[in-house]
Amino acid sequence: MTTTPEENGPPPEVSEADIAAMHDDPRFVELKRTLFRFTVPVLLAALAWYLVYVLLSAYARDFMGIVLFGNINLGLILGLSQFVVTFYVTWAYNRFTARKFDTQSAELRDDIMNGGAK
Amino acid sequence: MNTLAQEMSDGNRILTIALFMVMVLVTIFITIQGGRKTSTATDFHSGGRGFSAWQNGFAVAGDYVSAASFLGIAGTIALYGYDGFLYSIGFLVAWLVALLLVAESLRNSGRFTVADALSYRMRQRPVRTAASIATLSISIFYLLAQMVGTGALVTLLLGIKEGETFLGMDSGAAKVVGIVVTGLLMVAYVAFGGMKGTTWVQIFQACVKIGLAFVLAILVLVHYNFNLSALLGDAANVSGQGAAFLEPGLRYGAEVPGDALQTLWNKLDLISLGLALVLGTAGLPHVLIRFYTTPDGKTARKSVNWAIGLIGMFYLLTLVLGFGAAAMVGKDAIIAENPAGNSAAPQLSQVIGEDIAGSTGGAIMLALIASAAFAAILSVVAGLIIACSSSLAHDLYNGVFKRGKASGHQEVVFAKFAAVGVGAIAVVIAVFAQDLNVAFLVALAFAVAASANLPTLLFSLFWKRFNTAGAVAGIYGGLISAIGLVIFSPTFSGTETSLLGEGVDIAWFPLSNPGLVSIPLGLICAVVGTLMSSESNPDRFASMQVRALTGAGAERASAH
Repeated sequence: MTTTPEENGPPPEVSEADIAAMHDDPRFVELKRTLFRFTVPVLLAALAWYLVYVLLSAYARDFMGIVLFGNINLGLILGLSQFVVTFYVTWAYNRFTARKFDTQSAELRDDIMNGGAK
Repeated sequence: MNTLAQEMSDGNRILTIALFMVMVLVTIFITIQGGRKTSTATDFHSGGRGFSAWQNGFAVAGDYVSAASFLGIAGTIALYGYDGFLYSIGFLVAWLVALLLVAESLRNSGRFTVADALSYRMRQRPVRTAASIATLSISIFYLLAQMVGTGALVTLLLGIKEGETFLGMDSGAAKVVGIVVTGLLMVAYVAFGGMKGTTWVQIFQACVKIGLAFVLAILVLVHYNFNLSALLGDAANVSGQGAAFLEPGLRYGAEVPGDALQTLWNKLDLISLGLALVLGTAGLPHVLIRFYTTPDGKTARKSVNWAIGLIGMFYLLTLVLGFGAAAMVGKDAIIAENPAGNSAAPQLSQVIGEDIAGSTGGAIMLALIASAAFAAILSVVAGLIIACSSSLAHDLYNGVFKRGKASGHQEVVFAKFAAVGVGAIAVVIAVFAQDLNVAFLVALAFAVAASANLPTLLFSLFWKRFNTAGAVAGIYGGLISAIGLVIFSPTFSGTETSLLGEGVDIAWFPLSNPGLVSIPLGLICAVVGTLMSSESNPDRFASMQVRALTGAGAERASAH
């Protein structure tokens, strides 16, 4: 490492080793699992839905052109559904972090800052 | 339907210029206010890290919603209908990657630049150099696209046609003046205001452009009694395309009768574009460094909620503006003004204004929307300049050449000169390149961000085995493949609309958008590079992950 702690490290009151030690704490393992169990499937699902939309736009034009009512066709509705999905996931992630993530994460941080993980 | 130029008397132009001047004065005032307390490196690069979630969310929207979004998407929808909408959707869905994987972790584990997070557990100099080159490439491509467009936009917004003069300027001179003034302003925001001044300017400009787009869209909807179906029906009728105007296929992924191979390439090109849009945003340095301006990771994440709300609303508005312009202005009138369709939203504003309050109303609405477009240009280029100058000063000058030994003051001084230097270079290139077709540079910036930055950033945060060789190989692999493929694509040579024209033909790569190939290539380079090196630093990975998820030991807001 060529960097000095002042340039690229933690503030002086907490050591790199204290932070690293938390990585094996069961509470951190649990926190990580909780987070990834939410983010990974949700993100993959949202991106898959986006990919389906792009593929339908490329290859299923007659399908996208099916008129549902007035001048509103399926392509437009599926396009708008991308907005709905994005807003919904944002809202759901916000709720998830408020209920299951922020408190636990803050608790571990306080532990580290007050003398390291046990 | 009259064109803008015919409608535009000198009086209207003076109104537009007056609003431009108000915008310039207000933003200079904000810059000076915001910049007064900018002294440390944290102030310059990250605005003191004191911005709240809504403030950073508005600034992110200001940073992200470019003139290409404001005028370009509305124009593409106005000319090609449904296909323009694809851009809006890709640009928005992309934010989920930033929200779920990047924002909070990046804020917690980095300091000023993308390279900080990337190089955290690596050998500093090679990774910083690579990350900085990627940051500069992406930002400069994006910047040039904006700056070259600026000249044309300013003449468009002022309605100066070829062969006309205004205040003694013909359209060529007006373009140069537009580019130079934009260049001076963006450098002034950054050099005098640092990140703090720039952030407040972006917040203000986000309000102006999204607010005015909202007003215009509401007026269009009022005209149609909030009946979206009637609006779409009108747009389809006026376009002469009928129902096809509301279906995919007029612009992207075109089917060429009798040429199955070209049809295949066109469709793959559309998918390639879709991938670059959705994966590029979370790798754009000028957007990512905004997360460092918040006091902690949680605030960074919440600022993305604001950004998604604002950006999502804006892209919904582009739908109304685009179809509104198709219905109320009409394709022929738009093309007569600007073949790329960039004038669709300003022309729509004029028609709507005239509808409400005669020619005065038209002039006022036009001037307002022109200022909103001007705000979009300025806030994006300012964000790009600060990303370039931060990376040059913090990564290359301090991290690589001075090995982290330069003081914060030296870094800030260097960053300000870097802002002036990059700005000057961008202005000069933009002036000389203004007649070239550089629209592909935006897609290229997204492709490089998706190929070089995003895979390495995600590996760095989440893959324990990832190491220096992997990061360096991933960044250069993604960068070189994206740029290389574009050089050998039809955007560069071989067709009428190519950068080099029809005369030169080195285009053996059939897609205009390299993402479909360069994103997997960047990913493979990162994996292969990692596995070929035995370097591994599990302790640094452990501490990085704990930091990323808990915020322990993260950089804090400065005291003042």
